[in-house]
Amino acid sequence: MISSIIFVAFFIAGTTFFFINAKKIRRNILLGKNISITDNKAERLKTMILVALGQKKMFTRPIPALLHLCLYAAFVITQIELIEIIFDGITGHHRAFRASLGGFYTFMVSFIEILSVLAFVGTVAFLARRNSLKIPRLVKSELNGWPKLDANIILIMEIILICFIFMMNGADEVLYSRGQSHAENLGDASLGLSISSYLGPLIYGSMPTPGLHVIERIGWWGHIIMVFGFLNYLPFSKHLHILLAFPNTYFSNLKVKGQFANLFEVTDVVKPNFDTAYQPVLDPNAVIKFGVKDVTDLTWKNLLDAYSCTECGRCTSACPQNITGKALSPRKIMMDTRDRLEEVGKNIDANGGTFIDDGKTLLGDYIKHEEIWACNTCNACVQECPVNIDPLAIIVGLRQQLVLEQSSAPNELNGMFSNLENNGAPWQFSPADRANWITEN
Amino acid sequence: MEGIYIPTMQEKIAKGETPDILFWVGCSGSFDDRAKKITKAIVRILNHVGANFAVLGVEESCTGDPAKRAGNEFLFQMQAMQNITILNGYDVKKIVTGCPHCFNTIKNEYPELGGKYEVIHHTELVQQLINEGKLKVQGGEFKGKKIVFHDPCYLGRANNVYEAPRDVISKLDAELVEMKRSKANGLCCGAGGAQMFKEAEKGTKEVNVERAEEALSHNPDIIAVGCPFCNTMMTDGVKHFNKEDKTKVLDVAELIATANDL
Repeated sequence: MISSIIFVAFFIAGTTFFFINAKKIRRNILLGKNISITDNKAERLKTMILVALGQKKMFTRPIPALLHLCLYAAFVITQIELIEIIFDGITGHHRAFRASLGGFYTFMVSFIEILSVLAFVGTVAFLARRNSLKIPRLVKSELNGWPKLDANIILIMEIILICFIFMMNGADEVLYSRGQSHAENLGDASLGLSISSYLGPLIYGSMPTPGLHVIERIGWWGHIIMVFGFLNYLPFSKHLHILLAFPNTYFSNLKVKGQFANLFEVTDVVKPNFDTAYQPVLDPNAVIKFGVKDVTDLTWKNLLDAYSCTECGRCTSACPQNITGKALSPRKIMMDTRDRLEEVGKNIDANGGTFIDDGKTLLGDYIKHEEIWACNTCNACVQECPVNIDPLAIIVGLRQQLVLEQSSAPNELNGMFSNLENNGAPWQFSPADRANWITEN
Repeated sequence: MEGIYIPTMQEKIAKGETPDILFWVGCSGSFDDRAKKITKAIVRILNHVGANFAVLGVEESCTGDPAKRAGNEFLFQMQAMQNITILNGYDVKKIVTGCPHCFNTIKNEYPELGGKYEVIHHTELVQQLINEGKLKVQGGEFKGKKIVFHDPCYLGRANNVYEAPRDVISKLDAELVEMKRSKANGLCCGAGGAQMFKEAEKGTKEVNVERAEEALSHNPDIIAVGCPFCNTMMTDGVKHFNKEDKTKVLDVAELIATANDL
């Protein structure tokens, strides 16, 4: 009874705290400019199923994809077991579904155990890859400090979680075989779990029954504490991608990658020069800001992108400019956007719901001109992202700010602009000579 | 060009004729000496198949691509609307471009601004001509040569055109070799995003050197490209490694025009 009360209190606290923080993230994302993405629902759903659920884009790199799949499958399928754990926790039962589900129960828990072993292998491999093998995209400078720690915390939490599962099941297997488990005795010799029926006796076989009850409870409580710990860690971590990958892929850009958005606020001003019948829509006296200076100039989709990034660095490892040693890293663009947005969110929280100017902006304080001007707009980063994040949209927005609002493009580009304006070509050739090739041999 | 009549839109209309195809030459193809050769190769192909085409001549102006990628949306839209006014004035239906950047901009970014046309890249045109039986291609001097194709970002990743240039090259009886980074994973030549018009930012290597190194690691006779900017970048990259005697950088249109002695 007392344990049920503790469990219910813990459950309510764990979910409430998560929803409070999830709501803050939603609020932060909606600080972005409003755009409407309501088209092509069927295609969007298909993209989400293939890219988020099916992890289609992960498989361009098969080994990490396979390891990731082990963790992911274990994560998703283990949630089924959670239904029983929550039910048991509230009602005070022990393995409440075993008697009624019979063989299916044994199959499911056994399947989860096998996935957990695979996840354990995957997690250890990921830890080694990150900390010992030091593969380039996982040791870049933008990961120094918290991002690196964050990644390791997640992996270690996963290992601890898996250990708790096997403590719980392993000890229970031994107890069951002694007729001492709190699970309903169905007259069989073992719970029949694929891994624990072997691992349990091996580790706990010689332990006395009272100690095993303690270990089983540590495993059970440890497991559920880790699950809620994990849930509540998500809003503070890059690991949020496990949730946001779904909406982020659903709201993916479905157009070809080469099509950059045309700014309507520009069209509205330019069009009357060519079409006298066109009536401008925007108020000519309103102050229009062009491009992106801070996170609130981005769209909510750009901001959702930022929160969906798990810092895997595939974008950066494919970026021609990063490969050749330039400061630009598409991953850093996404991390900077998220970090600045978090900062703006905290500012709003601290000032009773309104943002008080802190003298900082995404452009300049987080992302340097040198990074922005290095981009080839080649879309390699967009192509690579396993959850369809678009760093390029942000980079172009920042460029628009620098050119249209601050007139601070590199000199050579200003030269190109004036050639284009005067000669209709990016070089200093006379437009009258454009057709000279026709008569040349 | 000797022996080939290249009409402008204006001339065609004056004669009361309506061309089927507008050949959009682009700034590079109009002014850059190296790229003019690509332009002429495309014209030779069009002429060879008896295509009813025209160019805009001095009425053509930059599509605005480099301005847009560099963040100058005003300049882009000014250029775009100026071009759209001219194209719509001639009631243009179909455009073939000699440059993937022009191709991408006119195809994808002009429609919303009032310019709606069927736009194809010249490698797609050549593929169509071959498929329709209008153009027969034999290996000619490229028979048995090793060719590496470098995907232009604005043709490949930007517009998912990967097969047209490969299809065309495969008709040359040559050995087409793929780089590790090809198609959707192709590495940029370093020119895109208006980088062509500025110094590279501080780094350890030039992008075109990185890309040329990868292409040259296959020891090819030819690095085939489909973009005048890629052509410049790859040519410079090959020169960087002093391999210009062994490896030529040629546009797909040049390969076809040369193979067919056009």
